[in-house]
Amino acid sequence: MAHAQPAGRSGSGKDTTARPVSGDGKIVLEQAEIARALTRIGHEIIERTRGARQVILLGIPTRGVPLAARLAAGIQQVEGHPVPHGSLDITMYRDDLRLRPARALGRTQVPPDGIDGQIVVLVDDVLYSGRTVRAALDALNDLGRPRAVQLAVLVDRGHRELPIRPDYVGKNLPTAQHEVVRVLLTEVDGEDAVLLGVAGDATGGRSR
Amino acid sequence: MNRHLISAADLSRDDALRVLDTADELARISDRPIKKLPTLRGRTVVNLFFEDSTRTRISFEAAAKRLSADVINFSAKGSSVAKGESLKDTALTLEAMGADAVVIRHNASGAPHRLAEWVRGSVINAGDGAHEHPTQALLDAFTIRRRFGRSSDGQGPGGQAGRGGTLDGLRVTIVGDILHSRVARSNVILLHTLGAEVLLVAPPTLLPVAVDTWPCSIDYDLDAALPKSDVVMMLRIQLERMNAAFFPSVREYSRRYGLDCARMAQLPERAIVMHPGPMNRGVEIAAGVADSPRSTVVEQVANGVSVRMAVLYLLLGGAEGDQ
Repeated sequence: MAHAQPAGRSGSGKDTTARPVSGDGKIVLEQAEIARALTRIGHEIIERTRGARQVILLGIPTRGVPLAARLAAGIQQVEGHPVPHGSLDITMYRDDLRLRPARALGRTQVPPDGIDGQIVVLVDDVLYSGRTVRAALDALNDLGRPRAVQLAVLVDRGHRELPIRPDYVGKNLPTAQHEVVRVLLTEVDGEDAVLLGVAGDATGGRSR
Repeated sequence: MNRHLISAADLSRDDALRVLDTADELARISDRPIKKLPTLRGRTVVNLFFEDSTRTRISFEAAAKRLSADVINFSAKGSSVAKGESLKDTALTLEAMGADAVVIRHNASGAPHRLAEWVRGSVINAGDGAHEHPTQALLDAFTIRRRFGRSSDGQGPGGQAGRGGTLDGLRVTIVGDILHSRVARSNVILLHTLGAEVLLVAPPTLLPVAVDTWPCSIDYDLDAALPKSDVVMMLRIQLERMNAAFFPSVREYSRRYGLDCARMAQLPERAIVMHPGPMNRGVEIAAGVADSPRSTVVEQVANGVSVRMAVLYLLLGGAEGDQ
């Protein structure tokens, strides 16, 4: 989501479907590394929020949602209490809606007790321009008033266009703007991997 | 999708499903404390109504406002149209005001089609004469899909909204004044596109001339049709259009083609009863039927807002031009 696309390319965004990894980019994170990064983020969330008692994890579709679910499961394993998690669709809040044809909506699913007074951790796969997160903050604003909002991302690839920074990062990945980071997750793509390629060779994958 | 929505035939099966799936997500907004999205900020939607209407106009107005569009309401009464201004001049005025979408209801069939040639924005047909009323057909399809549990309630992988199903195999019976009904024509086209089997039941005098070319079957006997219907859609007897002797008396019509409680009992267990409103209670539909749990009349109104939001979003929300 996100994203200011590399120049001249109107990226394919969230609504892409699974595609096999076949030589389009080099693997930056493998399955085990992704799992380790998520475990660490889980522990950091517990530490920073003193036990994650009042935490709600909201994933941003598409791939933020399974990440939020995995983090919730990991935290539950350590702390022994369930952590509410859901999804937050930001399509209607994007700032680039008019640049592309109207796109399909994702699902917003917020735990039944709402987000008022809770610590909301937004979860996304890649942090790039920061525009997705800005849209997510606007969307949250219409859902209630959390006590605090934090941001967890699997990959921070830099090139921010807005004053936004993550609280929890799986991996800092220095990239050039013409490069494309693709995150693959078992729940969506059938396998776990983070790939780094060059714009143009990833045909339709998740380019950002 | 096309830039305009003038006929239900403008929608392919994929387009129609896209509208319904989008409406499924937008319907969830009405459960929220803040029922508003910023999506159409700065866009102008003109409601151009040459014919009386409450629910359609209010529904479009609510839909546009929930998407943060600016809404200008224009009704022919008390406007320059009453002084004899033509549709074209009215259209040019709207054009000069920079309307991004024009929602038009007109008593002449084809008025939206003409209007689409004169304005740059999207034209949405909100009912033209006895021709079409595509958003009504969409909200009816949406209501049917929800009642039969085929909407996208599940969540796909990664929080992508699940894709809802079609209406394949459902048997829909539309009863009453087909001749004057734009709702019937749009519904026949759209429900057929979505895979339903449509049956029209009406007195022969209230069927249009070329009805045999429509993608549906025809019967004259309501009692025979009811036991094999999953959906019964009762149309309003439009007393204001009954300018010829289409049937001997309202009472006789009601006896043969009205849905009363005894007839409702012949319906299969899961069947639903629909009515586009406004209802003539006691004529085409008995009060006991209209207020029964099978009746979807109130849901149809609520669903109308979600479906119209989806249409406005898909026509106006993206880039100019098309995919």
